[in-house]
Amino acid sequence: MAEPKAAAGQPPAAAPSSSLPRWVRPLLRQLASVAVTLLGLMALAFFIGRMLPLDPVIAIVGEQAEKETYDMVYRQLGLDRPLWQQFLFFIRDMLSGDFGNALFTGNRVADDLKRVFPATIELATFAIMIGVGIGVPVGVLAAVYRDSPLDHSVRFIGLLGYSSPTFWLGLMGLIVFYAWLDLVGGPGRLDVSYIDMVEPVTGLLTVDALLVGEYDVFWNTLSHMILPGTILGYSSMAYISRMTRSFMLEQLGQEYVTAARVKGQSKWRVVWRHAFRNILVQLITVIALAYAFLLEGAVLTETVFAWPGFGRYLTSGILAGDMNAVLACVLIIGVIFVALNLLSDLLYRLLDPRTK
Amino acid sequence: MNQTPQLLVEDLHVRFRTPQRMVHAVRGVSFSVGREKVGIVGESGSGKSQTGRAILKLTPPNGTVSAKRLQFQELDIAGASEREMLKVRGSRISMIMQDPKYALDPVMRVGAQIAEAIPESPRTSAAEKRDKVMAMLEAVHIRNPARVHDLYPHEVSGGMGQRIMIAMMLMADPDLLIADEPTSALDVTVRMQVLAILDDLVTRRGLGLIFISHDLNLVATFCDRVLIMYAGRIVEECAAADLQNAKHPYTRGLLASLPRIGSRHQKLAVLNRDPAWLND
Amino acid sequence: MSDNSSTLRGWLRAEVTTSPRHAALQRFYFGWLRLKGNPLALFGLSVLLFLIVVAILAPVIAPVGFNDQSLTRRLLPPSAEHWFGTDELGRDVFSRIVWGSRITLYISCLVAIIAAPVGLAVGTTAGYFGGWTDTVLMRVNDIFLSFPGLILALAFVAALGPGIENAVIAIALTAWPPIARLARAETLTVRSSDYIAAVRIQGASPARIILKHIVPMCIPSVVVRITLNMAGIILTAAGLGFLGLGAQPPLPEWGAMLSTGRQSMLQAWWLAAIPGLAILTTSLAFNLFGDGLRDVLDPRSE
Repeated sequence: MAEPKAAAGQPPAAAPSSSLPRWVRPLLRQLASVAVTLLGLMALAFFIGRMLPLDPVIAIVGEQAEKETYDMVYRQLGLDRPLWQQFLFFIRDMLSGDFGNALFTGNRVADDLKRVFPATIELATFAIMIGVGIGVPVGVLAAVYRDSPLDHSVRFIGLLGYSSPTFWLGLMGLIVFYAWLDLVGGPGRLDVSYIDMVEPVTGLLTVDALLVGEYDVFWNTLSHMILPGTILGYSSMAYISRMTRSFMLEQLGQEYVTAARVKGQSKWRVVWRHAFRNILVQLITVIALAYAFLLEGAVLTETVFAWPGFGRYLTSGILAGDMNAVLACVLIIGVIFVALNLLSDLLYRLLDPRTK
Repeated sequence: MNQTPQLLVEDLHVRFRTPQRMVHAVRGVSFSVGREKVGIVGESGSGKSQTGRAILKLTPPNGTVSAKRLQFQELDIAGASEREMLKVRGSRISMIMQDPKYALDPVMRVGAQIAEAIPESPRTSAAEKRDKVMAMLEAVHIRNPARVHDLYPHEVSGGMGQRIMIAMMLMADPDLLIADEPTSALDVTVRMQVLAILDDLVTRRGLGLIFISHDLNLVATFCDRVLIMYAGRIVEECAAADLQNAKHPYTRGLLASLPRIGSRHQKLAVLNRDPAWLND
Repeated sequence: MSDNSSTLRGWLRAEVTTSPRHAALQRFYFGWLRLKGNPLALFGLSVLLFLIVVAILAPVIAPVGFNDQSLTRRLLPPSAEHWFGTDELGRDVFSRIVWGSRITLYISCLVAIIAAPVGLAVGTTAGYFGGWTDTVLMRVNDIFLSFPGLILALAFVAALGPGIENAVIAIALTAWPPIARLARAETLTVRSSDYIAAVRIQGASPARIILKHIVPMCIPSVVVRITLNMAGIILTAAGLGFLGLGAQPPLPEWGAMLSTGRQSMLQAWWLAAIPGLAILTTSLAFNLFGDGLRDVLDPRSE
């Protein structure tokens, strides 16, 4: 092959009859695949829901209800229909966002979720900023100075990070930094005196506070967020730095790195301009995944810190045996995971010149 | 063909520390190179590649280089700091590597990579840089430089990639070029083209060339002088034309085992390694 | 050859092995030598062995039972008499930790015993048969993988009800997908080799091929993966225990101890610190040992 293959814009001889751009069909295939996975998610959630030892009717009407009330609610919930019909209703409800009512709050689950989600997003975003801001540079340094004391300490700190139970770190953090040293705010998002001082516009307290210029509230919320956020960020950082190091090591062993140095480029210039740019795409995938893991870590951490977010909502739901709330949460998380995976896949395809 | 030495190597040693043991890759190698084409021939593990990298001080981190003398023109390379080497690499000594698929940055356009080799200078504008790159692309016989300039490495063929590498490494106008197996990854038909371009550029610019290869035939036809390496040592040194009169048994063995069109032998001779060669 | 064959060491290092068993033992021996060179992995292994010993000898090591209460001795800090102090019901924390090691080991072993075979079965079947079997099985696999481990386990336990057995089942259900994926990948590489074709020509049934020829090839990487994942499994189990969904009181499960310790954590920091340290150490040990194991058994990865 003496000439490059993209010769003068001629279509290849065996081109399909469709005139769609080359990237559309794989994308459609992937979307179809995602749809099937989502369907499976809902099936799994439905199945889990049916496994509950609790009788959902009794949960609503109470133990002492009369038979007519019981039957009425039974029919209302559609429990008299065949299973596959119930599943279809289930899908319809999920897709339209009707998750039913949460028994332990008395509200519609959808409304509850709208309320608690921003709190978790705020925490997770804070954490991911720490994870990326520290994890990436540290991972690069560890790779460049491989097997040095710096490298070993980075790896060890990382190892501790994903061997520790995050919620335990939260407990320790509260004991040391809140109880003993009084450096940070305690459980909850705000001191009691500041609650409801700021109108929830985005639901992100930091942003909302800044929007109205209530700096006291802003700092207070920050002081409450810093401990859970840092702890979640630490576990994120452990994962991100490990992956960054691994990717960088792979690149640094490549010939083009040596070639760049032959050209007279300094070591650090080669590291950032060449090696690092080659891992960017993989890093994006890792960061998307790390964000998803954060949602998982948030579940227990929010419980420890009484953070009124999604995770605490889920655990409260579990402890109350509230099937609607639990299933809705589980499904939402599954969807987020799938969406994040899809997003990182698409970004990969978009950004890597080799896949164009 | 000027033979006043530019590069003087005396008693070069390269050692690698591995978890199992110490590997002595280059054991006391001495030679000199002027503005001529010198070939270094050896099998895998003979230390020829590491010799090349040692000259540029690009030995991998777990290796140590020592030499009684490692001098290029007026500069003492053995004692040079990294900062000083930055001024040597690319602009005074350069190296072409084996496989352009791996030696070019996959996410950077080819033109940008060549432009990177241009020494930093506030006086050169972006347009001037681009012109220089175009000129270089034409010098390596690339027919459509404007289009190739914006391609990614995976979009070019092997031969073109190697020509791009030559362009990239000669961009800063070095005096000595090290070619580390430059044609080993190419198809035979493309090989000759690339070598012709290399020969042309080296002669016209009056460069010194160190041609590292495992292919004795190739080196014998291409170079002026040949050095044979075995197990980290130079076992033979002679003019390319004189190769038939080589004295060392390893060289003779190599020559005997080369297939020749029209020879009447039924079986190819096989090299018999004498452990005594390790202690030369 | 020199007269080495008389000693055990010589026999293990012999250039030519005399039987499959000899070869297997030799591989094991060389692997062990390589592992020995990795101090961190050895540390991990010794911690794990220590844990096993403590669990087995719990009745001997623990000074008192795990539920011996003493309301006069509540919330005492660590001392010579109570190495880890006492909890809110006056129970000796050290004893509880020691007894709790049994629960930790019980959960880890059970999860491994359930998840590994299931994962292997699903993965090798999907990889070997391909086609619809593969698509369906992998789709199911993907669905499970779409949920983060803890969340899925929480959902299952919420549905099944709290209790240690349900926790084990729930965690095992989240642990098998990565194993299946790995087994499938290995199967795909092995499936087209000549020796598999040879066995098939000889008339072996698919089940026999899979069990006798493919599964053994997958075992090293599966072992490594399970060991590495075990750290996460322990953390998930602790999380479930923390939420009261695992072993029920008064069982001294470490995660549950953290939950009760949380109530009194401001006065009695040791109640929150020590069970967490136990969990951390165990998880760390699995990670270190798993890393070392991977270097020995699967050197091509990283």
